Amino acid sequence: MAAITMKNIVKQYGDGFPAVNDVSLDVQDGEFMILVGPSGCGKSTLLRMIVGLEDITAGEMVIGDRVVNKVAPRERNLSMVFQNYALYPHLTVYENIAFPLRLAKTSNEEVQRRVNQTAELLELTEHLERKPANLSGGQRQRVAMGRAIVRQADAFLFDEPLSNLDAKLRGQMRTEISRLQRRLGVTTVYVTHDQTEAMTLGDRVAVLRRGVLQQVGSPRELYEEPVNLFVAGFIGSPSMNFLPASVDGSFLETPLGRFELRDERKIEAVGDRSVVLVGIRPEHFEDVSLVGEEKKARGSIVRAQVDVTEWLGNELYAYVPYEAPEDLAAQLRDLSRELDSDQLRTQAVVALDAASLISPGREAELWIDTTKVHIFDPATGDNLTRDEERVEQLGRMAEDSRAAQREAQRGPADDETGASVAES
Amino acid sequence: MESARSKSLWIAASLLILVWTAFPILWIVMLSFKTPSEVGNVQGFFPKDWTWENYETVFKTDLFTSALINSIGISLIATLIGVVFATLVAYAIARLEFPGKKIILSFALAIAMFPVVSLVGPLFDLWRNIGLYDTWPGLIIPYISFALPLAIWTLSAFFREIPWEMEQAAQVDGATNWQAFRKVIVPLAAPGVFTAAILTFFFCWNDFVFGISLTSTDNARPVPAALAFFTGESYFEQPTTAICAAAVVVTVPVVIIVLAFQRRIVAGLTSGAVKG
Repeated sequence: MAAITMKNIVKQYGDGFPAVNDVSLDVQDGEFMILVGPSGCGKSTLLRMIVGLEDITAGEMVIGDRVVNKVAPRERNLSMVFQNYALYPHLTVYENIAFPLRLAKTSNEEVQRRVNQTAELLELTEHLERKPANLSGGQRQRVAMGRAIVRQADAFLFDEPLSNLDAKLRGQMRTEISRLQRRLGVTTVYVTHDQTEAMTLGDRVAVLRRGVLQQVGSPRELYEEPVNLFVAGFIGSPSMNFLPASVDGSFLETPLGRFELRDERKIEAVGDRSVVLVGIRPEHFEDVSLVGEEKKARGSIVRAQVDVTEWLGNELYAYVPYEAPEDLAAQLRDLSRELDSDQLRTQAVVALDAASLISPGREAELWIDTTKVHIFDPATGDNLTRDEERVEQLGRMAEDSRAAQREAQRGPADDETGASVAES
Repeated sequence: MESARSKSLWIAASLLILVWTAFPILWIVMLSFKTPSEVGNVQGFFPKDWTWENYETVFKTDLFTSALINSIGISLIATLIGVVFATLVAYAIARLEFPGKKIILSFALAIAMFPVVSLVGPLFDLWRNIGLYDTWPGLIIPYISFALPLAIWTLSAFFREIPWEMEQAAQVDGATNWQAFRKVIVPLAAPGVFTAAILTFFFCWNDFVFGISLTSTDNARPVPAALAFFTGESYFEQPTTAICAAAVVVTVPVVIIVLAFQRRIVAGLTSGAVKG
């Protein structure tokens, strides 16, 4: 086990395009770090630089206390699960899992003991003699994991390991990976573009955009206190609504209506800007008829024309189209394209209680929880209302809960196979 | 109805081609079972009296048996060396970036297109001067150099098909380049290696021009060349039937090899390597 430290890592391809640009990131010992971002953001490249399959153009990669910039992959003692699993089709499941041990010239009894332990842990025991071609997707995925955990690697690296599984299996494997990682306590770097995986698996999440690191923090921090438009739009589904607004004292004039900012700190943050982007998450809207008096006082009420509704059983999505000034609309379109969503029209998505009786085509009264609103600078995209105190508090919370979880896992796991695979 | 009609058309066309290609072979087989005197005297496709006489003649002749040994030995050695070389070259071409990669490939193609006959004269002179004339290496060397291009092209196509992740996975698992190549890439490329081996073997086995020009005695003369020197049982009869028998004997291994290796080639070992 080891910490991974990246210092100003740059990856430049032959044509001078920087796939990864000046990324500095610390992965602590035993931490589960997620690299996330839209396709082409450089997350996989960064992972491949950690494992050594990609040269590092500039910067320093430290694993444990060793600079590994020029070290061959096989000498870095890391293990990796590939997106397409990369199982060896000519070998049985047993030999696939045993492959790293065989290369390390492990004795036969030791190989047998470890492979059997790993197989038991991953419930592969009855498949050991089969070839990968005869396994289902989920089983292949587990074999790939087995090959990664069978030896004592300093860290696990996952490159979108679940993207080839169907939704149900993905959910199961996600919990499986999480449990396994907590149990083995091995430093893990996990690349994904799926934000559910990012939010649920990681101790911390690093968001990348065009090779540049945007924000690193606990999932909760990314969700509640994003640093800029990009992170705010990327984290959360459906993504945050960005409404252009003109500032009028403590009031904001948005296409959905006018409401008041009642927070001194936020008013101050807006400063003398006349136009800002207001970010409101869909779930911070509610149907007025379902909001209690006390809660109603906390926010503001706007009237809006609902275009389409989608009732999902547990909640109701309502779509509210609006007109935006041309330059801001273009900027929002660019952003949504960058987030892989390519929204055609400017519209707000609103998530309401499933009991709401709002119907499409009518004007509806919506309550906005203005305390949760973020305000962004339209020129730079920076979040003007990020609460540093809250960030610090969230960081401490995440740290504490991680420590507590480790403590809880370490106790009972000692006599189980998982722990002995990692520690023997 | 349409599908039934097109199906019967397919069958008819296939039969036509089958007859077209199989007829000459069948004819040779039939000839090999006729008595020498029957040829040219008795009409008819099938032999009047079936006889093994020609085969006995063939195997009693030193000329043929030594030629058979030469052919087998030379072809096997040339195939083995050629395929090992081609595997290494093709791997380098498929996986590594190095200056002159294009030149090697186009050079290989140029060699494959080079007319063999134009080289025979110079080679004859050269071989006689350095003592390779009428020896096994004297045939193995040109065979390898002419079979290599095809083998390289076939194999590099196969190597390109193998997902690169396989090799990277092996490297992360702790393998050196050589171990990754030997333990992962070569087993995966096995169908390609077999294909290349078969093609090389056939090239060597079927060659006539080098065989007849660069040999003079039983020392190294391969079967196709030896057939031309065949005299048969008696000097007063045309050795047609005996030559046919010999031709059948040398065709049999080719057929067996194709049948045996076809399954390996088709097996498609790479299935299941990546996501299903």
